[in-house]
Amino acid sequence: MKAKFAEIREQFPILRQEENGQSLVYLDNGATSQKPERVIKAVEDYYRWQNANVHRGVYGLSERATELYEGARETARQFLNAKSTREIVFVRGVTEAINLVAQSWARSNLKAGDEVIITEMEHHSNIVPWQLLRDQIGIRLSVLRINQKGEVCLNALKGMVSEKTKLLAVTQMSNALGTINPVKEMAEIARSVGAKVLVDGAQATPHMQVDVQDIDCDFYALSGHKMYGPTGIGVLYAKEELLEAMPPYQGGGDMIYSVTFDKTEYNVLPYKFEAGTPHIEGAIGLGEAMKFLQDIGLDEIAAYEAELLGYATERLKEIDGLKVIGEADNKGGVVSFVIDGVHPHDMATLMDQDGIAVRASHHCAMPVMQHFNVPATIRASFGVYNNFADIDRLIDSLNEAKDMLL
Amino acid sequence: MDFTVPSKSIAEVQEDLVKRFTHFANPKDRYRYLIDMGKTLQGMDESFQTEENRIHGCQSQVWIHIEENDGRLFMQAKSDAAIVSGLIALLLRVYNGRTPEEVATAPLEFLGKIGLLQQLSPNRSTGLYHMIKRIQSEGKKRIAA
Repeated sequence: MKAKFAEIREQFPILRQEENGQSLVYLDNGATSQKPERVIKAVEDYYRWQNANVHRGVYGLSERATELYEGARETARQFLNAKSTREIVFVRGVTEAINLVAQSWARSNLKAGDEVIITEMEHHSNIVPWQLLRDQIGIRLSVLRINQKGEVCLNALKGMVSEKTKLLAVTQMSNALGTINPVKEMAEIARSVGAKVLVDGAQATPHMQVDVQDIDCDFYALSGHKMYGPTGIGVLYAKEELLEAMPPYQGGGDMIYSVTFDKTEYNVLPYKFEAGTPHIEGAIGLGEAMKFLQDIGLDEIAAYEAELLGYATERLKEIDGLKVIGEADNKGGVVSFVIDGVHPHDMATLMDQDGIAVRASHHCAMPVMQHFNVPATIRASFGVYNNFADIDRLIDSLNEAKDMLL
Repeated sequence: MDFTVPSKSIAEVQEDLVKRFTHFANPKDRYRYLIDMGKTLQGMDESFQTEENRIHGCQSQVWIHIEENDGRLFMQAKSDAAIVSGLIALLLRVYNGRTPEEVATAPLEFLGKIGLLQQLSPNRSTGLYHMIKRIQSEGKKRIAA
């Protein structure tokens, strides 16, 4: 398996460059991933040979661009195992997807006093859109707490849901803790009271096989840039009957069937939700990134990254005064930690001198930091190109920086 | 507060600092020296750690207290992060005990010459920028008054 992943690393040109005179060890995959040659080439080829607006022209070039764009939608459908491409809406990313669901579905279906449940480990992008909606229409936003390991408790969720609960919005994998949530079981609990389920797949999609029909969620959101694809493109999956009934989120070109000053008829799904010229090359690049992940095999990726995580956790725990934040039984390739007496920013700054890119911040999940009573953590998050040598360099650099700081 | 008036001019202090830092070829040794400077920083009276003295825009917590004594500005500052503490020590060595005019107008080119580029470029995104702005504005305020 190691040899296979060593070959995969070779496909990422950015990793060949030096940072502060040393080869780059990129361990900030939770923030964004690097891009393989084939994704870069797909985007480049689009601009070099295939650029035209989609769904418009009757000429060959536009038809080819449309085929590529719609081909990417089909790839995304397969990737998520959605029933139909009508359920695949291209958006800017998870943030836009959740805002779309909040402002279109929730705003037209929920009323004052209705409850949306999120968990304590959500990224700000799955907190703030619901707070905005709360301020607009008076929904109640409830928070499912996590335990000291950074896990949710299914029984606590069972105790929380009621006929007032209209939506459970939950991340499949925490960016700050690495926790993988039992979204299928959580969805079942939510459905038992008739609530809908939204899953934030920003962190999960690069690391594990996702099947929206198996989870049986109503909405699923992903971001291309976290899964080896371009920035500014993502997918909102939603069940067709929901999308059909939802009002458009934005108005403009491409989302209409006919327009007069009196009345506008909207286009069919999914175009009703894709106003304006879309991020065509982004979608094509994302489709290529999904094929890249499928060609490696998501189960194999999960197994390899579990090995990396296990090794990193073991080595980190050898360091005096280091505490891992987030020790869920089911965890993806993310390890967050703090060191007694060391400010995370100091650590990350010194590690940068060794060519090691880690994140030191609240990870856009301030409530998680509050739960563990830390202002920030240092986070190493893994991707397909990381290897055991990266972790050895991480540990060496940490030890040296720690000596400097204490 | 320690009201000792520095014996060297700002230009001399800056030149000394550049010499000390560029003595190290390896950037990491420069960081080590900066961090050690921070460790020698005199403690800050708790009564000075107020919201008013807090510098916003820093990723770590930073307070700067500035008061005037006999026509000169004296400062105490503190941070919970080691590199920022080093930067504070560096700035205090330059600015502490100077006249408001000197504080408001001292050139900052020496920061670029020290060779810790990212940390020491006082652009708007860094805490260093906000710290320098606060110190300079105290100087300007007193010239205007």
